[in-house]
Amino acid sequence: MTILAAKDIGISFGGVKAIDGVSFAVSPGQILSIIGPNGAGKTTLFNIVSGVYERDQGQVELSGEDVTGLTPDKLATRGMSRTFQNLQIFQRMTAAENVMVGRHLRERCNLLADLFRLPSVTRQNAQTRDAALTFLNDVGLRTSADVAAGSLSYGACKRLEIARALASEPRVLLLDEPAAGCNAVETEEIEELIRRVAAKGIAVVLVEHDMKLVMKISDHILVLNRGKPIADGKPHEVRDNPAVLEAYLGKHGAREAARA
Amino acid sequence: MLQKIGHRYLILIVLAVIVAVLPLIFPSSYYFRVASLVWVSALAAIGLNVLMGSAGQVSLGHAGFFGIGAYAVAIGPAHFGIPPWAALLLGCFISSVLAYLVGRPILKLKGHYLAIATLGLGVLVALVITTESRWTGGPDGMPVAKLVLFGWRVSGSDTWYWVSGGLLIIGTWIALNLNDTPTGRAFRALHDSEVAARVAGIDVARFKLQAFVIAAAYASVAGSVLALMNGFINPDQAGFLHSVEMVTMVVLGGLGSVVGSIVGAAVLITLPQVLTVFQEYEHLLLGFIIIVSMIFMRDGIVPTLSRVLAKRTKA
Repeated sequence: MTILAAKDIGISFGGVKAIDGVSFAVSPGQILSIIGPNGAGKTTLFNIVSGVYERDQGQVELSGEDVTGLTPDKLATRGMSRTFQNLQIFQRMTAAENVMVGRHLRERCNLLADLFRLPSVTRQNAQTRDAALTFLNDVGLRTSADVAAGSLSYGACKRLEIARALASEPRVLLLDEPAAGCNAVETEEIEELIRRVAAKGIAVVLVEHDMKLVMKISDHILVLNRGKPIADGKPHEVRDNPAVLEAYLGKHGAREAARA
Repeated sequence: MLQKIGHRYLILIVLAVIVAVLPLIFPSSYYFRVASLVWVSALAAIGLNVLMGSAGQVSLGHAGFFGIGAYAVAIGPAHFGIPPWAALLLGCFISSVLAYLVGRPILKLKGHYLAIATLGLGVLVALVITTESRWTGGPDGMPVAKLVLFGWRVSGSDTWYWVSGGLLIIGTWIALNLNDTPTGRAFRALHDSEVAARVAGIDVARFKLQAFVIAAAYASVAGSVLALMNGFINPDQAGFLHSVEMVTMVVLGGLGSVVGSIVGAAVLITLPQVLTVFQEYEHLLLGFIIIVSMIFMRDGIVPTLSRVLAKRTKA
């Protein structure tokens, strides 16, 4: 059963085809990784699927419905959430508040009630904060709840973004390089976290450069190079694919690797 | 959480005590007048701070809404026989509707472009006020009828001190309420990262518009109160310089800090009065003090001082 499907996606920037004819599908509980050398178009693909960019061709389907061209906030109401490669945390808010923003769609938001801070608002705030603390606990940031997000370490910010994305209780989660810049221990924690997310039945689409991590946790891998799909399949199928080796290492490197 | 609620009421109590105690040390009615001016300006600044400090959107035309409020209480009673209190509400309504209609297209702009668009709005309002002299008295301004509430004629600088002080406390209460609610968090989130706010499901355009309307309503009420208090109004109140003055109050006091907006207004209103002893050097000194305080307190007076205090208590 497919929950998120991208079909024949394409976009060009000033005549350069950044993405050309890319398709993928992911089911609940499945981890799909999108890999490829720098500039392959992974993040661009993410930006199209999550509604940040407008695509030139192709279609995105969420739970069988066409959601092509919907804005990120509309997609969020339909159960899609994501993290960013370049951190997009709310620097001036505390860690807990960041995650509380992630609960936005789970809250009732009425301007007049908020202006006069009716008792219901205070009650709801307490509930939202409790929920946020649970999500912070899941990523190991419970103790940093009231620290300004801007003063958290890089690895902590990465996990905070995941907690914020999870707080909306999405059905599809797009993770853009969650382990980038993390040390071995932090990467293991992220791996563990992604497994737990998938175990809950959330479909995970992952862009990641850490091949060890990708090979370990992916159910399926899609390889892009220069905006085009060059391989896709199970981790072991992709690993031994000569086209993939060539994309990463060049022709000469691929020959060397084959000999080694 | 409990601490935060406590913090909110602590600010209100301190503010109420200041408003209540100040008259005890006022030697003359002139002081009542300056203080009332501070309260009214602070009210407008607090509203602008919701837009600029919380939601991170600039407005260089906010005196336009101030002017609409002011002229509503002048024109309403003079030309249409509307009681002044109703004219105040009507002005607030007109300002909000105008902010809503104009805000829809222009809040799509960002940064400098938004600044220019709001500037244009302010200039337009001022232009209409100056040229439609049949209604507004033109550049000379027009008198404003006295406010009468349930038969009570509100007049005298000490009376207006209490009225404006009371309104400031209410305005502060509302602005403080907002901070830690879904709406307030949405404002602050879109300030820090629009794309991340969208991904969290926040309808960015809608919340920007809400912040713009709130700020316009505050400015409009402040304008009405000033007009009723002065008993006279001229187009300068809607002019560009007044817009800049409002922005300066917010930035000088500290973007995002409600207390900062009050302090910013207090500094900008009282400083020129204090500096009059330097006669022709008054403006020079005023500019100098503003520049120096922005260099050494880049985040504004209140955020910088509270950080210094927090460090001291820790050490």
